[in-house]
Amino acid sequence: MTGLQDLENRLERILLSVQKPGRYVGGELNSIVKDWNQIPTRVALSFPDIYDIGLPNLGLAILYDTINSRVDALAERTYLPWIDMESAMRNADIPLYSLESKQPINKFDILAITLPYETLYTNVLTLLDLAKIPIYSKDRDQQYPLVIAGGHATYNPEPMAPFIDAFAIGEGEEMVHEIINTYQDWKKSNAGKTELFRRLANISGVYVPSFYEPIYNPDRTLAQVIPIEAKAPAQIIKRIVPKLPPPPTRLIVPSIDVVHNRIVIEIMRGCTRGCRFCHAGMVTRPVRERPVPEIFKAVQGALDHTGIEEVAFLSLSSSDYTNILELVDQVSLQSTDNHLVISLPSLRIESFSVDLMEKLKGSRQGGFTLAPEAATEKIRNTINKPISNLQLLETVRGIYSRGWTNIKLYFMIGHPMETLEDVKAIVNLCQAVIAEGRKVMGRRATLHAGVSTFVPKPHTPFQWVPCDTIDQIQEKQNFLKRELRGPGLKLTWNNPYETLLEAWLSRGDRRMAEVIFHAWQNGAKFDAWQDMVNFLNWRSAFETVGIDPTFYTHRERGEGEVFPWDHIFSGVRKAYLLKEYQASKKGKLTEDCREGCYACGILPTFADSRRQYPGKAWECPDVSQPQSTLQEIQVN
Amino acid sequence: MVRIRIHYARTESLRYVGNLDMHKVWERFLRRAHLPVAYSQGYHPQPKIQQACPLPLGFLGEDEIIDIWLTLDQAVVLDIAHALTTLEQPGIQIHEITQVATNDPAMMTQITAAEYRVIYLDNENRHSISARIEHLLAEESLLREKRGKKYNLRPLITSLQLKSIQPVEFEMCLSAKEGATGRPEEVLTELGLDPLAARYIRTRLLVG
Repeated sequence: MTGLQDLENRLERILLSVQKPGRYVGGELNSIVKDWNQIPTRVALSFPDIYDIGLPNLGLAILYDTINSRVDALAERTYLPWIDMESAMRNADIPLYSLESKQPINKFDILAITLPYETLYTNVLTLLDLAKIPIYSKDRDQQYPLVIAGGHATYNPEPMAPFIDAFAIGEGEEMVHEIINTYQDWKKSNAGKTELFRRLANISGVYVPSFYEPIYNPDRTLAQVIPIEAKAPAQIIKRIVPKLPPPPTRLIVPSIDVVHNRIVIEIMRGCTRGCRFCHAGMVTRPVRERPVPEIFKAVQGALDHTGIEEVAFLSLSSSDYTNILELVDQVSLQSTDNHLVISLPSLRIESFSVDLMEKLKGSRQGGFTLAPEAATEKIRNTINKPISNLQLLETVRGIYSRGWTNIKLYFMIGHPMETLEDVKAIVNLCQAVIAEGRKVMGRRATLHAGVSTFVPKPHTPFQWVPCDTIDQIQEKQNFLKRELRGPGLKLTWNNPYETLLEAWLSRGDRRMAEVIFHAWQNGAKFDAWQDMVNFLNWRSAFETVGIDPTFYTHRERGEGEVFPWDHIFSGVRKAYLLKEYQASKKGKLTEDCREGCYACGILPTFADSRRQYPGKAWECPDVSQPQSTLQEIQVN
Repeated sequence: MVRIRIHYARTESLRYVGNLDMHKVWERFLRRAHLPVAYSQGYHPQPKIQQACPLPLGFLGEDEIIDIWLTLDQAVVLDIAHALTTLEQPGIQIHEITQVATNDPAMMTQITAAEYRVIYLDNENRHSISARIEHLLAEESLLREKRGKKYNLRPLITSLQLKSIQPVEFEMCLSAKEGATGRPEEVLTELGLDPLAARYIRTRLLVG
């Protein structure tokens, strides 16, 4: 009996005893099973949460498609088993395996983990442990897979640095090929693992944390992060693809229900709005749009390949896509299927958005979502998301009167400069919104206010800002819970402890890794799940390690402070972020940078790419003559 | 409007799929084949697809039946077969497609019994199986409880026999009428076996 058959037999024996066993078997339409023994380089791709959450992730879908397009490499998937399956696997001595070939993960050459958000960190340790791979990078010799992580959270890689061999910072479409090529060359050379790390560190965008050492000041702040390996660059510049390749269309179709059961087509990457709280808006610059015909072709292809009945157009701000009207008209008119649902997230608060949504058949099913983020002009100026309440009320009137019964509004509390008055304004605004609904359709109108708590993120103008304390958050939430009630109104909020956990993990330095390890040993897992996160595990971990968590979260950082993530460069300069921070304190707005360049730093950083793809390819100004443009932008 | 009936096997890839998800798999399969499935009227139109007898999650099926209504004036069964069989659909293997009268009674009401093959996966508990079967069949009633409701399993067992001892393999025929459905897991439990330690294969649906 082969090892593989044995694993499948043991799996069959436990699958009927766990919830939703369909998560653990693979075999979905469009999954790719190559001949394991014929392919030289095998990559395991993982989203460190359960299948239901991980499968819809677009980043991994792109990498799956990209890697499997090579004849000399294969990509297979693995997700984290839910707790019932985890214990069943441990009891049956089944290691974490890939869904396609059912091969143990520790037999792969490369294990690539996506970290789109920070509350997945403890899950990474569970993942390595279940795969029977040592948790610390230093304990892994070359018999173990190379462990790589990427995704938005890794723009501050330090809290996870000791566990990960190499981080891929930025966009992966091209970098993944360079990593695989480098791995293949290294394997042929029979050199040691340090040599592999050295070669990887030469790839633009790859950060090998063991080649760097943080030096701290006596007050525990960071003095600097220094390279301790000759060829390691002082700063790692994120990677971008200068022109977006066509989107993947042969998407894996889950046979069971998952969180988002839809085709996702990314229409645009980056955002020119410059909302100061928005991590994605800063780190995904420059703005690159896909042409309408390319998107239309992708939609047709994906419908044919998947049969899925819903298409979501992904971007940070759909309304800003230049030809949004043309795109919506094309897909809604030319689609022959009356039961197709198209969704368009992140619409601007204006009546044009209602016109757009109206063109999309079936869109009324899901309600209408808008994100004013704040309810007063003062805060909206602080965060650089200017819209007036008048404009919002006019928009919601349009939404209700065209037949949507449910509106969802996203707000945040804990903005910089926020007082209780600003929180009270959320209540007043919501009352005014539901009143509009009443006028139109009476009691059928509903409003859902989702109020989350702001976490100042690295690489944003608010990276210097402290978070609200638990007391402050609770005071604001209690106020909302007391006042924001009434027929048709629904309020949701985040557990303040979860918010703080997210803040520690996103703002932490390398010392935070030990806290993560101890919290995990204490039993922390699935921290992104409201009913799973246990604050005590974390508090005792901080105590064990001897770190005061407030050091990371409740301290306004000096303008000259070195951040743990300063050696990772998103292309947006720290000086620009600081200028934006100062503008925020004065309530000064910065316009959409489609209207004029504010010299964030993207152009000088990626001048060559821009020169290669001039004109409409990016929303940034052209760079024609290298030297002069550079100077001009710096003076600007 | 035409109504077609498809006989198919559900294989390993879709073994752990529940009834609602199976419905979804068929919907998407038909959409990929560009077959114009009819929809119900009303506020939430649903595609007109009817499974003869939903196959429980975890079961394999060798001869399952599904009825599909298409908004066609007339059906060329060969064309439909071509549209479906040229596409890849993991977990579904089509055996036969026929056209039936649109007003034919629902397949669900015509099914009376189902045959199963059950392969036991554990080594323990294997001795004296034949004796246990004999004993079980000799009983006049086997009172059991399902979701808080008492019922008698014995009349739901039409036949039960041991096919092989290494591995332990049974064949059984159980009633599958609405409100009187025998489940093979329950039979295993009555035999003192762990119902989770088995591979269940529904081999045939019987029409009364």
